[in-house]
Amino acid sequence: MENIIDYLKAERSQEWRAELRKSMKAKERTSAKRAEMPEEDPNYRNTNTVEVNKGLTEKQAFAEAKRCLDCPDPTCIQGCPVGINIPKFIKRIDQGNVLEAAKVLKETNGLPAVCGRVCPQEKQCEASCFYTIKMGATPVAIGFLERFAADYERNSGKMAVPEISENNGIKVAVVGSGPAGLAASGDLAKYGYDVTVFEALHEIGGVLKYGIPEFRLPNEVVDVEINNLRKMGVKFVPNFIVGKTASFDDLKEQGFQAFFVGSGAGLPRFMNIPGENYNGIFSSNEYLTRVNLMNAAKEEFDTPVISGKNVAVIGGGNTAMDSVRVAKRLGAERAMIIYRRSEEEMPARVEEVKHAKEEGIEFMNLHNPLEYYADDKGRVKSVKIQKMELGEPDASGRRRPIPIEGSEFIIDVDTVVVSVGVSPNPLIPKSLSQLKVTDWGTIVVDPNTMQSSMPELFAGGDIVRGGATVILAMGDGRKAAAGIHKYLSEKVKA
Amino acid sequence: MSKILEKELFSKNVAKFIIDAPSIAKSRKPGHFVIIRLGEKGERIPLTIAGSDVEKGTITLVVQKVGVTSAKLLSMEAGDEIRDVVGPLGEATHIEKVGTVLCAGGGVGVAPLLPIIEGFKKAGNRVITVLAARTKDLIILEDQVREFSDEVIVMTDDGSSGKKGLVTAGMEEVINREKVDLSVVIGPAIMMKFAALTTKKYNIKTYASLNTIMVDGTGMCGACRITVGGKTKFVCVDGPEFDAHQVDFDQMLTRLGAYKDEELKAYERYMETVQNA
Ligand SMILES: Cc1cc2nc3c(=O)[nH]c(=O)nc-3n(C[C@H](O)[C@H](O)[C@H](O)COP(=O)(O)OP(=O)(O)OC[C@H]3O[C@@H](n4cnc5c(N)ncnc54)[C@H](O)[C@@H]3O)c2cc1C
Ligand SMILES: Cc1cc2nc3c(=O)[nH]c(=O)nc-3n(C[C@H](O)[C@H](O)[C@H](O)COP(=O)(O)OP(=O)(O)OC[C@H]3O[C@@H](n4cnc5c(N)ncnc54)[C@H](O)[C@@H]3O)c2cc1C
Ligand code: SF4
Ligand code: SF4
Ligand code: FES
Repeated sequence: MENIIDYLKAERSQEWRAELRKSMKAKERTSAKRAEMPEEDPNYRNTNTVEVNKGLTEKQAFAEAKRCLDCPDPTCIQGCPVGINIPKFIKRIDQGNVLEAAKVLKETNGLPAVCGRVCPQEKQCEASCFYTIKMGATPVAIGFLERFAADYERNSGKMAVPEISENNGIKVAVVGSGPAGLAASGDLAKYGYDVTVFEALHEIGGVLKYGIPEFRLPNEVVDVEINNLRKMGVKFVPNFIVGKTASFDDLKEQGFQAFFVGSGAGLPRFMNIPGENYNGIFSSNEYLTRVNLMNAAKEEFDTPVISGKNVAVIGGGNTAMDSVRVAKRLGAERAMIIYRRSEEEMPARVEEVKHAKEEGIEFMNLHNPLEYYADDKGRVKSVKIQKMELGEPDASGRRRPIPIEGSEFIIDVDTVVVSVGVSPNPLIPKSLSQLKVTDWGTIVVDPNTMQSSMPELFAGGDIVRGGATVILAMGDGRKAAAGIHKYLSEKVKA
Repeated sequence: MSKILEKELFSKNVAKFIIDAPSIAKSRKPGHFVIIRLGEKGERIPLTIAGSDVEKGTITLVVQKVGVTSAKLLSMEAGDEIRDVVGPLGEATHIEKVGTVLCAGGGVGVAPLLPIIEGFKKAGNRVITVLAARTKDLIILEDQVREFSDEVIVMTDDGSSGKKGLVTAGMEEVINREKVDLSVVIGPAIMMKFAALTTKKYNIKTYASLNTIMVDGTGMCGACRITVGGKTKFVCVDGPEFDAHQVDFDQMLTRLGAYKDEELKAYERYMETVQNA
């Protein structure tokens, strides 16, 4: 820890930053208002897939960068799971050197254009900004600025491909191409390994592709990053399920000496209430996969999707928000969230809830479904719901929802999306009997090296955490890459 | 990309394909299936692996035309490429020596049944197979089935081949004659439902291989879910084979119809483009 603080101090004392600090009074910096993200009109955007946030203009970004005080003790960094040197990158923007800012981001975060868009900043970096904790004011828009720098670099055509060490010929396999796998493969390539990423689906990107919709994270943004990894020599093999298409032993025979497993938490949960298997009731994974991965809403694609008039989405997380906003875009007259707690407890990003409301999504908070009813063809036609109230906090620290007896009523629905969480993907643990897993099905790892009970196998992301965030998954991937490097270096020496 | 190496038409609507897929050929076992996607805009559909040749690195698929994707596949020829082939998926059939096994295959269900027949025969069982279809032309793979069966009974609805009658009549003929230790039934959901009711009457343990609608085939979406023994199961990872006496076949029939309207529209659109071409 000591040396990190020293390092940050040394960076901060560099002349260019000292000069920038002096160039403007702190009072002046704090008196400016936080930049507002330019957005597409809600009544236009809820009919198509255009990105909702348009990105800060240069003028806005430069003004916002000035708000950052370049604090001697930058608490914001502690709020970022991968420890981005936040004041350094913001001051590069302040200085007008945006390409340099992008480089700073890439020191610790391989996918800044993604994180700037989807990180729950209000719970992470921005929650720990000096403005938030000491002044009770709106924080510096760290996420907006991160996105700005990354987009600027991508659009400049001068995207830097990170330097990589000479290929050492040692083969490492990465299982799963979500953010955990992508982050691990980038770092492993930098160390000089011969990296192959195996992906079960036909597309690379994991949840970034099949889950998070285009209007929040355009595929193009993800593809540019994947192509960069390709330029660094990372090989991608789609349609390959490790543990099925080939076993770990088969891959070892082919010369793979270490593995990173980032297989995600892909198994959808249902509530096990009566009628849940009627037609028209989907898991959010199925609903979003049909639309995002299979392009079901477009006529020229073969995959069908049911687009209902009255759509209920059960849950209050990012996945629920994405599903309900997709339903609206597919033409729903009523698209509603049914959530058993209140808005305060919603795990979704605050910005998504705000956007959903603007787009005409109805919120039935403190409500819970009990049973579904179907028409004579087996298609869901209505749902019985019950009102809830909040009791004492539970283990998660959130107030426990308690059903109100006698408050049940029925509403018409023709499509339901169940979005009440996911469990870890069981494919890998199932295929490796000697691998240590928890009762929840997550892989047990050493939190410093991400090494599992099998020395050559490392893991991270949702398969270890059981459902978290993009940036936490990436942080794990990077940590595991370092762990693998240490493990292999010692093995080669021995 | 996987190349189609050979194609053989069994009838107007059923064809066998031999496809280049070395890794899958090596790891697959009876009961496994693959998911294929024909092209950039295609959908993902599940197909059972009917056989494989490890040395040549090929797998065999037998496909019946029922809608857009199967129709497009049937119009493809040797030399064409299938964009995505992923597998082997599902749990393999639990093959052991039990004594006498009664296998029943309806329509294109004979294709997934074939490797299971072969497996049980090689494990030292007496295998009797009932093949059933509407009419003579729709009886497929009869010779291959004979190779691994001690006896084959053919049943057609119209009596154009073998005996006239339903699959259940053929099954009962065997059950009334000799002791059956296990039954495996694969075919249209409605056929499996009645086959399961028949064996239940005689208390014979029965497996059915369910062909639900699927998307990913890896347990990620739940499109394939079905109630078995009162619990929701995912066919692609928990199955595709289940204890037939526990399966809610009525629910399965309903779920298979989930996209009927959309599928019909898509099929009509496809036929228009084919006719205009
Ligand atoms: C709809 C939705 C919205 C979300 N929104 C946000 C958000 O706004 N902000 C945020 O921070 N987080 C969000 N999340 C959570 C975030 O996406 C996940 O925490 C993150 O993607 C986890 O990354 P991962 O790499 O561990 O796994 P995943 O992204 O799940 O990737 C795992 C990949 O591994 C593949 N795989 C699995 N098993 C095998 C195998 N045996 N062989 C080969 N490949 C295999 C899978 O097909 C998949 O592609 C959201 C999640 C969803 C579903
Ligand atoms: C594990 C598994 C193994 C299978 N193995 C084979 C195989 O070896 N050979 C083969 O020909 N088919 C097999 N099937 C069925 C095959 O997947 C479907 O026929 C195919 O998905 C239909 O796609 P389509 O676009 O041609 O028709 P669609 O347009 O999707 O459907 C047309 C009509 O066919 C019916 N239908 C749709 N899906 C199915 C289904 N899964 N089963 C039965 N009827 C359906 C529907 O009622 C629909 O109205 C298997 C299915 C599963 C789940
Ligand atoms: S990666 Fe996420 S948490 Fe870290 S600085 Fe960027 S937006 Fe904030
Ligand atoms: S805490 Fe806030 S103001 Fe201080 S350096 Fe970080 S972002 Fe800038
Ligand atoms: S097909 Fe998606 S879970 Fe079975």
